[in-house]
Amino acid sequence: MTNNQLIALKRPIDQVGVEERVARFQTRSIKTEAKIQGLKMALNMIDLTTLEGKDTAGKVRQMCYKAMHPHDALPDLPTVAAVCVYPTHVATAVDALKGSGVKVAAVATAFPSGNSSRKIKLADTKIAVDAGADEVDMVISRGEFLSGNYSFVFDEIAAIKEACGKARLKVILETGELSTLDNVRHASDIAMLAGADFIKTSTGKISPAATMPVTLTMLEAIRDFYYETGKMVGMKPAGGISKSKLALHNLVMVKETLGDAWLSNEWFRFGASSLANDVLMQLAKQAEGRYQGLDYFSKD
Amino acid sequence: MSRLEVQKTYKIYIGGKFPRTESGRFYPVKLKDGTITNICLGSRKDARNAVVAARNAFEGWSSRAAFNRSQILYRIAEMLEGRKAQFIEELMAVGDSKASATKELEASIDRCVYFAGWCDKYTQLFGSINPVASSHFNFSVQEPTGVVTIIAPESPSLLGLVSSIMPVIAGGNTCVVLASENSPHVAVTFAEVLNSSDVPGGVVNIITGKEDELVEHFSSHMDVNATIYCRNKHLNLIKENASLNVKRVSDWSDKDWYRDGDDPYLLLETQEVKTTWHPIENIAGAKSGY
Repeated sequence: MTNNQLIALKRPIDQVGVEERVARFQTRSIKTEAKIQGLKMALNMIDLTTLEGKDTAGKVRQMCYKAMHPHDALPDLPTVAAVCVYPTHVATAVDALKGSGVKVAAVATAFPSGNSSRKIKLADTKIAVDAGADEVDMVISRGEFLSGNYSFVFDEIAAIKEACGKARLKVILETGELSTLDNVRHASDIAMLAGADFIKTSTGKISPAATMPVTLTMLEAIRDFYYETGKMVGMKPAGGISKSKLALHNLVMVKETLGDAWLSNEWFRFGASSLANDVLMQLAKQAEGRYQGLDYFSKD
Repeated sequence: MSRLEVQKTYKIYIGGKFPRTESGRFYPVKLKDGTITNICLGSRKDARNAVVAARNAFEGWSSRAAFNRSQILYRIAEMLEGRKAQFIEELMAVGDSKASATKELEASIDRCVYFAGWCDKYTQLFGSINPVASSHFNFSVQEPTGVVTIIAPESPSLLGLVSSIMPVIAGGNTCVVLASENSPHVAVTFAEVLNSSDVPGGVVNIITGKEDELVEHFSSHMDVNATIYCRNKHLNLIKENASLNVKRVSDWSDKDWYRDGDDPYLLLETQEVKTTWHPIENIAGAKSGY
């Protein structure tokens, strides 16, 4: 699409309205049986993530074990949805997760800055896919987006999507750098038109990350895109969601914006590392009736 | 023109802030002159929030230089001294005579100074170099156990509160304290003292309310490392709950706080002992052992 066509997509967002709507999601009280169901669902939607320069094969294997066995002391727990690692650790993760159903996601395209040439980004993607990644998390070029070069962003996403082959593509907008909800909405629309399977808020390296207003804006973009094209796109808020209560509020928001169809890890994910243990502590609290401490849960 | 008196709202103290109880409940405490004061009736969730605040504060507080903790505890004494009149008035309002209120307050100030002195000395006194048969330099040193819940004595309401908190924080722990039920005013005012004494938020959290409701959560929470009990009713329950994660339990119910509070061994009750085997050159030939 040409830059002018993409400029024409811009839709203003009512920020006050979004914030009021979000405030209402946060007053919901979810208790007992519904809470347990919601917590298990949230656990099953987590992309357990380690994206540090000091990651090692051992750390990745340990996290994969946690992904498959979140907390064996509690019966009937689901696995998490996926583990998310750098491309160099994909092979280790694929091997560790064999047969478990837990997906492997790789961040690619010069994550987290995205400041590299198209050639290198495509090669990065290909390395991840060849190593067996089921999903690719790419970052958009925020600099190009913010300077109005929308067709560059569009073409880049389309090119990476092609390089992904069968792997599902998550497009990270890095909303903390986009400044306004108008930009978030515009970037979401561009990403979905260019072929994103998921849109994702953040890399987790920039704060603010997945705030509820941003997530709601993106969910509404997904809803409108679905009405216009009939195509479902997934959503992944990432970064900043570390407490169960916030995760449950996010699930309420998904249900009331997109409906039940999106309430599975096929279409909704949490990108988080510390959320898993908080969810597990809450589940243990529900099962045992007393507040839990991190000493009794495996580190991830 | 007459002016409207500004009256104080007694609130709880969690994480360096003064929120009302999340439950919105309160209970009345009648003063000697017939005035009824409304006190926050702390809930299970207040206790939970306080433990979270205490846990978050633990790393910072325990890793401070012992000497700095000492300075801060001394600062508490300074602030108490400056508020003397207010504390005496509050103690008299619940029925104390002026003489006994003054005595209690002064003992409380002295207790702060006493433990301020111990902060950077107790490991020197209680730590040890241990004789071992191998070529190791072997030494043991005290370390804070973590988050401590304290059910403070019903009376003396101020001295008991101060005396049960000081040995705990002097040793680098953080704590959640349940104040005296019938005389909680001084506990809230003491929280204001803490808040203006450079004690970081979350190191001491003070909840007002009923022991019967909160004792279960104070003792069963898995992120609490020790419980200090200064009353008479629930010791067995606390011990049972403490067994879940092997909390330390201290029974301080029979302390006479005027007589028994100046005691460094109280400090040891919320300490763990870490022993280090440090390899050194083989000294066995010299037939000497450390």
